Amino acid sequence: MEMQPADFNGSVGLRFKWRKSKSTAMYVLSGLSALIAIVPLVLIFYYTLSIGVSALNWDFFTKLPKPVGETGGGLANAIAGTLILVGIGSSISLPVGIMAGIYLSEFGNNPFGMTVRFLTDVLNGVPSIVTGVVAYTIIVIPMSRFSAYAGGVALAILMIPTITRTTEEMLKIVPQSYREAALALGISQWKTSLRIVLRTAMGGIITGVMLAVARAAGETAPLLFTALNNRFWHTTLDQPIASLTVFIYNYGVSPFDDWIAQAWAGALVLMVMILALSVAVRIATRSRYPEQ
Amino acid sequence: MIVTQEQTIGVPQKNESLIARPSEDFPKSNKLVVENLHAFFGSVHALNGISLRIPLNSVVAIIGPSGCGKSTFLRSINRMHEIIPGSRITGKILLDGTDVYSMDAVFLRRRIGMVFQKPNPFPTMSIYDNVAAGLKMNGLRNRKKLDEIVERSLHKAALWDEVKDSLSKSGVSLSGGQQQRLCIARALAVNPEVLLMDEPASALDPSSTAKIEELMYELKESYTIVIVTHNMQQAARVSDLTAFFYLGQLIEYDETKKIFTMPKEKQTEDYITGRFG
Repeated sequence: MEMQPADFNGSVGLRFKWRKSKSTAMYVLSGLSALIAIVPLVLIFYYTLSIGVSALNWDFFTKLPKPVGETGGGLANAIAGTLILVGIGSSISLPVGIMAGIYLSEFGNNPFGMTVRFLTDVLNGVPSIVTGVVAYTIIVIPMSRFSAYAGGVALAILMIPTITRTTEEMLKIVPQSYREAALALGISQWKTSLRIVLRTAMGGIITGVMLAVARAAGETAPLLFTALNNRFWHTTLDQPIASLTVFIYNYGVSPFDDWIAQAWAGALVLMVMILALSVAVRIATRSRYPEQ
Repeated sequence: MIVTQEQTIGVPQKNESLIARPSEDFPKSNKLVVENLHAFFGSVHALNGISLRIPLNSVVAIIGPSGCGKSTFLRSINRMHEIIPGSRITGKILLDGTDVYSMDAVFLRRRIGMVFQKPNPFPTMSIYDNVAAGLKMNGLRNRKKLDEIVERSLHKAALWDEVKDSLSKSGVSLSGGQQQRLCIARALAVNPEVLLMDEPASALDPSSTAKIEELMYELKESYTIVIVTHNMQQAARVSDLTAFFYLGQLIEYDETKKIFTMPKEKQTEDYITGRFG
């Protein structure tokens, strides 16, 4: 039974031990790195929670911001504003991104597809404030006003490359045999792409979409000169609109203690909102048949 | 008579009289007629002038060593060949007298079903939805009719008794043999006339293989079946006619019992006796 020790250790004992210790060292190193990777998240969450929770109350979710000098009030308009901005951004970027991803994966093996793929990667690396400038130029200037639309478009420009590339990558790992099975049944190409291939890749695509949504919800720079900000309720979408991130930015650098506390609370609410959204989307779209 | 063939081994010669034979001897009309079929992948000449006739309600086995063009031949019949970039076909394949390359590929594939080597049920779908997939996606919504067709198809594929209480379970929860029969049921549900089977039992254990073979025997009552197989015994058991492919050419095509008892070509004999391939 004990075959290994005598022979194996006896003849190459030293080398064996050296190899063993290398293996152990690598194991410890990679484990340590994994730990380091989550430390910032834990710290951010802990810090935001411990400070932000003190400024959280019912008013925070239901009231408008109070004028300078008065305490109390809330960020109800900013919470709604962030949801609306991300909603506009998603309703533009989801269809465009997913369909572009389908094109790249299923039909994009040509110069046009390769150009799009390259430019999408470039767009992914464009600083977010630049997309704000783009939205400012193409929406704000022609409309002569800051608006929720402009903010939504800026967020959409940020989201599209992430959604496109994740969709493409997820579709590419769907085995060719499912496409063949569908085509051989006399199912047309577009139905095969949409109802067989896309459905099979749905889990991964949703992960990508949620990453894009989370990123968009956390953006401040592209909103500064598109959606601007608003201390009151917006009545239409072609007006400046409040958002949590811009409020966090404004309040965070203010000299007032209660504003700074509210900025922390806003950060906490934003984090919990994104987390809740991710969980909700996962539950709503989870496969009836988990991978076996 | 075999001497000449020995000299040309590796460079097979097309023999018109042999190729025409089944259509004359076989007392049934021809479901598929293949005329001078050439297939290419880029610069690779995968099929070289194939001509043969496939009679209605028969089982035709295609045998030959790996890379001889069996699968390419099968996939050119339902035009699955053309989804591979760089592929090209010349020649004619007539289904009931109409060239398949003049038809719409999507409609053609509803008339010519296919079962693949590896079972490939759709992983996101239940057993029921897998069978109904072809119908549902082509617009059939009537639940009663769907139920009926799903049950009938599963019966035909000899799977109904095993899955009738678990139709809403995932298709990939079944065993390999059951999955392959599910794929057969899925292909049958769209009511094809021809069934192409690309080594349908090569990934299965012997008892599942036996079930699939039994099935073929029953299915040929209503379908015309073309099966590619590496298993010579299987070809001998299930088929009425056997075609031997070598290096992209059709070497011999005859009634199965003749191919396996007294093949006319030396290469066929060498292959079925295991001397090469």
